Amino acid sequence: MSGLRVLVGCKRVIDYAVKIRVRPDKMGVVTDGVKHSMNPFDEIAIEEAVRLKEKKLASEVIAVSCGPPQCQETLRTAMAMGADKSIHVEIDLATYEKMSPLHVAKLLSKIAQDNKVDLILLGKQAIDGDCNQTGQMTAALLDWPQATCASSIEKTNGDIKVVKEVDGGLETVKVKLPAVVTTDLRLNEPRYATLPNIMKAKKKPMEKKKPVDYGVDIDPRQKVVSVEDPPTREAGQKLDNVQDLVTKLKEQGLLTS
Amino acid sequence: QSTLVIAEHNNGKLTPITLNTVTAATKVGGEISCLVAGSQCAKVAEEVSKIAGVKKVLLADNDAFKGFLPEAITPLVLATHKRFNFTHIMAGATAFGKSVIPRVAAKLDVSSISEIIGVKDANTFIRTIYAGSAVQTLISEDKVKLITVRGTAFEAAAMGGSAEVGQAPAEGVSNDKSSFLGQELSKSDRPELTSAKCVISGGRGMKNGENFQLLYKLADKIGAAVGASRAAVDAGFVPNDMQIGQTGKIVAPDLYVAVGISGAIQHLAGMKDSKVIVAINKDPEAPIFQVADYGIVQDLFQAVPEMTELVGKN
Repeated sequence: MSGLRVLVGCKRVIDYAVKIRVRPDKMGVVTDGVKHSMNPFDEIAIEEAVRLKEKKLASEVIAVSCGPPQCQETLRTAMAMGADKSIHVEIDLATYEKMSPLHVAKLLSKIAQDNKVDLILLGKQAIDGDCNQTGQMTAALLDWPQATCASSIEKTNGDIKVVKEVDGGLETVKVKLPAVVTTDLRLNEPRYATLPNIMKAKKKPMEKKKPVDYGVDIDPRQKVVSVEDPPTREAGQKLDNVQDLVTKLKEQGLLTS
Repeated sequence: QSTLVIAEHNNGKLTPITLNTVTAATKVGGEISCLVAGSQCAKVAEEVSKIAGVKKVLLADNDAFKGFLPEAITPLVLATHKRFNFTHIMAGATAFGKSVIPRVAAKLDVSSISEIIGVKDANTFIRTIYAGSAVQTLISEDKVKLITVRGTAFEAAAMGGSAEVGQAPAEGVSNDKSSFLGQELSKSDRPELTSAKCVISGGRGMKNGENFQLLYKLADKIGAAVGASRAAVDAGFVPNDMQIGQTGKIVAPDLYVAVGISGAIQHLAGMKDSKVIVAINKDPEAPIFQVADYGIVQDLFQAVPEMTELVGKN
């Protein structure tokens, strides 16, 4: 059979190393002037897609990002890593901030149908909203099977075998293609884009779309009431030795068994 | 108001997070039903019927639910919802709950709410974003609320109820899209991480996997579970299911002992709700000391064996 057509979601998020600050109006976090990058789990998804292509199991890798114009930088990164082309679904920042994973899933499922995709690879969650929903929702809308939190993916005839990270260890499932797979940390280590590939990526095609092109309504379903700092912990005391520590813990009944 | 709680279990025993989920459902108010889907799982249904606050247990015993695959569970939840018209559908925020709830939500065309840590009222929920760096309160405007619940944020529901057990509308449930091939669960006699009263965790300072024996010895003496930071997992010292933090498990035990862990934000996100935090690290500047109730600035290879020795003595 011919190679798979793979769609990969690439969300632009605040870089994982940035310290998050709550906005003074308590309606969100500070994003202005803050470094953004591709969601780390999505980088793993792009890497896996590109590896499938290198193994001749995939024929085309399409990267997609929904959001403000800056998402185009994220898509250039995806193409520099090896995606063949990309689709930017442009959504103005104010609207984008009110969107939830359901809306993104609706866009992804339409894009997958339009592009006759066989496999959708997505990060298991984005490190901003921490929702862990988009993959499952996209699979539901397409009525495709899903394999979440993958730590290994193996293509067999018409199926893929996925080892998943679960609470107590690992679980192996077989899902029929077409399917949605979400990636976990141990799946691979994403490559760095090399300078020649960054230059090449500038010439790769990027389609520009709007939600209305896919007939998807993005009216918000949830209203954020407030975003606040978590309760802080006071630093306690440093003890001189382990003996003091054990005594303190025993006094508080914490070492009972 | 009525809530469906999707029970999690292994066909023999109920997973404790179901009890925390029932408590979250109690806070929403209204009647609580519990769905038990599996194969040969009647025993679990009986266990669930004894949870205080549960009015009705709906049992779906079918080989199609082998492996608890979301492709099989989702149509069952939808059929059950169609019959009873719940206002809320909840599950624990575990690998199982997270795979099923969003799938059901999309089928019902509603947004789901992940890993809540609080219930303000039937429409208003509290959750964390950015790995616990901010706390978000949101109102859901959907007709049905699909929710996963962070177990550590709610007390376990008590036993002592007597719900009736009935059949869930499971007719015609089949799944030819996916199949369950097997699982490899880490075997351990120690308590499970997310429900343990005491957790000892090792970080990059442990230097290698063998040295985790030091932690296991201490853990076995005080009945603790053993976890690890992402750095220790990335370095290959221990398997990923031991990881505590943003991308791993969230724990909130009575006592948390961080050993050789510097305290990256990603790790703190997974443990900072613990009641008492102890940090053992030879670097006095390690950020973990900023959240620790008790800090020991010492080489862990001396401090841990000494602690193991002392905890047994009166």
